[in-house]
Amino acid sequence: MKMSVREAINLTLHEEMARDPRVVIMGEDVASGQGGVYGVTAGLTEKFGVARVIDTPITESAIVGAAGGAALTGLRPVAELMFIDFLGVCLDQLLNQIAKFRYMFGGQARTPLVIRTMIGAGEGTGPQHSQILYPMLAAIPGIKVVAPSNAADAKGLLAEAIRQDDPVVFCEHKALYMDECEVPEGDYVIPFGKARTVVQGTDITLCGLSRMAVLADQAAAELAAEGISAEVIDPRTLSPLDEESILASVSKTGRLVVVDESNPLCSMASEISGMVAEFGFDYLDAPVQRVTAPHTPVPATPCLEKDYVPSVADIVRAAKKALAY
Amino acid sequence: MSIPTEALSDAYRLMKTIREFEERVNAEIMNGQIPGFTHLYTGQEANAVGVCAHLDTDDTIISTHRGHGHCIAKGADVSGMMKELFGSSEGLCKGKGGSMHVADIDKGILGANGIVAGGPPISVGSALAAKIRKNGKVAVSFSGDGSVNQGTCFEAMNMAVVLKVPAVFVIENNYYSEHTNISYAVGCDDLKARTEAFGFPVFVADGADFFAVHEAAGKAIAHARAGNGPAGVFAEQGRYHGHFVGDPQHYRGEGELDDLRENRCCLKNFRARMLESGEVSEDVLDGIDAEVMALIEQATIDAKAAARPTPDQVTEDVYINYGAGA
Ligand SMILES: Cc1ncc(C[n+]2csc(CCOP(=O)(O)OP(=O)(O)O)c2C)c(N)n1
Ligand SMILES: [Mg+2]
Repeated sequence: MKMSVREAINLTLHEEMARDPRVVIMGEDVASGQGGVYGVTAGLTEKFGVARVIDTPITESAIVGAAGGAALTGLRPVAELMFIDFLGVCLDQLLNQIAKFRYMFGGQARTPLVIRTMIGAGEGTGPQHSQILYPMLAAIPGIKVVAPSNAADAKGLLAEAIRQDDPVVFCEHKALYMDECEVPEGDYVIPFGKARTVVQGTDITLCGLSRMAVLADQAAAELAAEGISAEVIDPRTLSPLDEESILASVSKTGRLVVVDESNPLCSMASEISGMVAEFGFDYLDAPVQRVTAPHTPVPATPCLEKDYVPSVADIVRAAKKALAY
Repeated sequence: MSIPTEALSDAYRLMKTIREFEERVNAEIMNGQIPGFTHLYTGQEANAVGVCAHLDTDDTIISTHRGHGHCIAKGADVSGMMKELFGSSEGLCKGKGGSMHVADIDKGILGANGIVAGGPPISVGSALAAKIRKNGKVAVSFSGDGSVNQGTCFEAMNMAVVLKVPAVFVIENNYYSEHTNISYAVGCDDLKARTEAFGFPVFVADGADFFAVHEAAGKAIAHARAGNGPAGVFAEQGRYHGHFVGDPQHYRGEGELDDLRENRCCLKNFRARMLESGEVSEDVLDGIDAEVMALIEQATIDAKAAARPTPDQVTEDVYINYGAGA
C-alpha cells in the first residue's frame, strides 16, 4: 500500500501496540490533540487509551529516564523526544544511564526502549530545531541508531526497534514525513545492520544517510543521464553499520561519495570514509568524497539553510570529482 | 504607585506595538512570507510591558520561543526584528536566528530561546555577574506555565536562592503548553506555593491588566535590586493565537478565544482605565495607534525589501577566532 513516512510510523505504532501490551507511548503532546506537531501519534489514544499513550509534562530528562526505567522493569516504551536537539536537556539519562545498563551491570539488564526523535534541516526551523546529531549517538556504545529514508524502511525498522531488546534511537527526518512509497502490508520487519541498495551501478558508489539517501538517488538519476552508472547505498542503521555492503559496493565501483547532513567533524561521513580507507584501500581508484553540512550551526533563514544542507548538485559535483581523479 | 503620564503613554505604545507586530506577522505567515516556527504573544502584552517598564537597558531579560513581545518591551528595534523574521541579513541576528532567537545583547536582550526552560539558568548567570560587579542590575527570565516543569527551571531557581543573586523569574501562565493544559502538566494545585518553596517571594498579577503586572513586577524587581536575592512574578493571561501559527487549536473550549479577545484584552482595559482617570486622553491613545500602525507597515515594507544573506555568510560568526586554518 502506498503511504507516507508519517503514516507508516503511525501504522507501525498501532500494529506494535496491538501486538504487544507491554508497548507504551510517552512524550509531550503525544496523546491529546492531534498526536504531535506532525500527527505521527494521531489516533493511538482513541485506540489504546491514556494508560498506554501517555502525555508528559515538558521534562525531557524525566521522559527519557522514566522510559529507561520502565524498560528495565518490563515495559517496552516508545518515548518521543520531540526534536533531537532536545537531547541537550536529557543526555545524561541516555549516555550515562540507559546506554550503560547492560554492560556495567554485567549483562543483567534488558532495556527494550525506543526513542523516536525528529532530525534535520530544510524547514527553516533554525539552530535549535534542525540538527542531525546522530553521529554523536552512534558513537555511544550500548545504544543503536536508526535513520530510515522512506516509508517502507520506517515501518520495518520501527517494528524491529520496538521488538528487540536493546535501546534504540529512531531518527525521523522532518522533511521526509510526507514522502510516499509502497509499504509492505502485514508483519514487516527489517533487521538492523543491513544496508539497502537503492540503485545498482558500476562506476561510483553514493552512500547517503537518512534524507541524503533520497538526494543521492536523485543525483544518481542525473548522473545516469550523462551516462554515469552510480550505485546508491542507504545504510539505514548507523549503529550497527553494514560495513560489508558498503565495502562490497566500493569493491565493484572503486569510487565512493558519502552524503551526510550532519556537521563534518566526527560525522557518519567521516566514519564511513575512514572505514573504507582502512578496509577498502585496495578497491579505491580515487579519494573518498565526503558531502556534509559545513562546520556551523543550522541558519534559520532559508537563503542560507539551502546552502547549509547538501544538495543534489553538491553530490553530482563530488561524484564527478571522484570520477575525474 | 502612581505612574507618570509619559510612562503611561510609553506602556500603551509598547503594548500596541506588540499587538500589531504579532497580528502583522500572523498575516505575513499566512501569505507564506515568513519561514519556520512562529509563536505569537498576542494577548499577553501586558506581562512583557509591565515587567520591562521597571528595567534599564543594562538590566537583562532572557525570553522564550514566544519572545517577540519580551524583545519589543525591552527596546528591540521593531524593524530589525521584522527583518530577522523575514530571514534578512539586515535582521537583528543577520537572519541566522529567526523568530525563536531574536536577540539584542546591547539592549540587555539575551535572546528568545528555542529550548523550553533554556533561559532561567542563563539568567542566573547574568544575575551573578550583576552581583559580582555590584552594578545594581537585575536579570529577568520569562518562562511559560509548561517550562516551569523542566529540571533546568528548578535548578536555576534553587541556585539563585543559594547564590542570593538578583534574578527575577517571571512565570506567564497562559494555561497551555502546546495543547496540554496546566491542570494536567503541573502536578500540584498551587504553582505559586511550589515556586515560593524554593525560598523567594512570588507576586501575583492579572496578566490582562497592565497596572496589576506593573505593580507585582515592581515589587519583585525592587526586592531583587535591593540585594535580597531572587523574586518571582506570576501572571495569568491566555494567548489569542494557537501555540504556533497554523495550530488548529482543537483543545480550546467553546467560546474560549472569543471570550479572551472580548473580555481579557490589556489594550481595552488600559483604555478604559485612562478614560476613567483622564491621565491620557483618548485622542493621544488614538494618535499612538496610528503611529504604531505606520511603524509596523513601514517595518514590513522594509523587511520585504531588505537584503538577503549571501552563501558566504553561512560560515560567518561560528567563532570569534578559529585559528589560522579556518
Ligand atoms: C526542551 C524543549 N522541549 C520541548 C519543546 C517544544 N515546545 C516548544 S514550546 C512548548 C510549550 C511551552 O509551553 P509554555 O512553557 O507554557 O510556553 P507557551 O508556549 O505557553 O508560551 C513545547 C513543548 C522545546 N522547544 N524545547
Ligand atoms: Mg503556556
